[in-house]
Amino acid sequence: MAENYELIVVGGGPAGMAAALEAEKDGVTKILLLERAETLGGILEQCIHTGFGLHYFGEELSGPEYADRFIVPTEQSSAIEVKLDTMVLEVTPGENAHQVLAINKTDGLLELNARAVILAMGCRERPRGALNIAGTRPAGVLSAGTAQKYVNMDGYLPGKEVVILGSGDIGLIMARRMTFEGAHVKMVCELMPYSSGLTRNIVQCLDDFDIPLKRSCTVVAIHGTERLEGVTIAKVDKNRRPVPGTEAFVPCDLLLLSVGLIPENELTRGAGIEIDPVTAGACVSQDRETKIPGVFACGNVLHVHDLVDYVTMESQLAGAGAAAYIQDRADKNPDYVGTHGKNGVRYVVPQRVNKHVTENVKLYFRVGQVYKNAVARLRAGETVLTQRKRARLAPGEMEDLTVTPEQLSLLPEGAELTIEVAEGK
Amino acid sequence: MSERNFICVACPMGCELHVALDEKGGVAAVTGNNCKRGVAYAQAETTHPTRSFHSTVRVEGGNAPLVSVKSRAPVPKAMLMDCAKATRAAKAKAPIAIGDVLLADVCGTGIDLIATNRVS
Repeated sequence: MAENYELIVVGGGPAGMAAALEAEKDGVTKILLLERAETLGGILEQCIHTGFGLHYFGEELSGPEYADRFIVPTEQSSAIEVKLDTMVLEVTPGENAHQVLAINKTDGLLELNARAVILAMGCRERPRGALNIAGTRPAGVLSAGTAQKYVNMDGYLPGKEVVILGSGDIGLIMARRMTFEGAHVKMVCELMPYSSGLTRNIVQCLDDFDIPLKRSCTVVAIHGTERLEGVTIAKVDKNRRPVPGTEAFVPCDLLLLSVGLIPENELTRGAGIEIDPVTAGACVSQDRETKIPGVFACGNVLHVHDLVDYVTMESQLAGAGAAAYIQDRADKNPDYVGTHGKNGVRYVVPQRVNKHVTENVKLYFRVGQVYKNAVARLRAGETVLTQRKRARLAPGEMEDLTVTPEQLSLLPEGAELTIEVAEGK
Repeated sequence: MSERNFICVACPMGCELHVALDEKGGVAAVTGNNCKRGVAYAQAETTHPTRSFHSTVRVEGGNAPLVSVKSRAPVPKAMLMDCAKATRAAKAKAPIAIGDVLLADVCGTGIDLIATNRVS
């Protein structure tokens, strides 16, 4: 027999916990939080470096400490029931309730119903298979996050002579981490002419340890039969094609890949929810409601964030939105205006905003390349609603512009909101 | 008069700071910064650079083989690798609570390493 909840949250990382706690704060009393791993906290548990919480808590915390601030109230909550080691197999949207099919060792197959569902499954790393690197398939080629788990959770050092491909934050963090554990990180190769990692991480994870960052450079071949023996690197041209004659062999026993994150949206797709091709997450409203009423999405499953602080804030919007939906306080006749990125802005989240909102709405966006002395503008047609000057805009750092209820209410029929970037002199 | 260049990490802007040094190695002038924090960062980075340190310590008799740790306050940048080495050799006994001191006065820095996770 199906069990009924007001709200089911899929995923017990920072997004899921913040969403569940916010829904509880708004008066939802029967919440089920489903988590695939054996502990709450998600990826934060293995992110032992500090730098989390500067925006949300105003202090610098490690990943486990940041997670703990949500784990304790979640575990103590009388409204939130937590099931760990539980895999959600399917989310099936329905008219009055959504069905969630899950499985675990103690309960077996769980058929659950909920008025609202919040999707907070996070993201996973792009694997080697997505890169088409030539060569053999030896041991010693890992995603940076897998190595992070080995080193920080299990206590294994997966290699001693290390090459890192990709200068995203996880790759940079792992360069320092492997150095602290006694490994020699030879270089970080970055395909693009700029790093997608935070400046702070480039300085404190590479420069501090004299680890070279080779921009416009990639790994073109992997060598070794049983164990990785080395990689061939090459420079790339402006079309990201390897330049013949620039190849060099670098001996190493570990290659870490930090080449991007993919929102884990199998359940979302299975539920027939519309996905934004750029974010690879659901298309959502300002409440983070997907196109299916009562189904919300937040955190890295919606779009990949650089800071967990923003995940928390976004998930609270989803939690509040789900509570309003459950309590029939949500706007029954929303009048949506679409949001779009233009001229260098890759995407905007949320993808639509209800003109009837009573509070300011933050529009988050990401640029496609590095801009200096740039202006980010939010426009409705020819009208500039707000703009912000930035000395630097980079793909690795999410930005936001705010639209007010008054601005929204004055928008003409059929208007759209666009965010664009113009570079100064 | 010599000078040093580095990237300010006081905020995500990442200003490229140019620091002119006086005869004693002190800061004579800072350029390239967009705000006051850049001057403070340049001052600190030139005279006594510090970094927060974080790693893991082996745990005996716990439900996890390791516990994550951080320095209670930033340590001198020059001591980072010494701290790393000392931390690799350290052992702790379960149970451990967040905030427990696992390595007091690490490498004579006067700064404690404290646990950042729970182990039971």
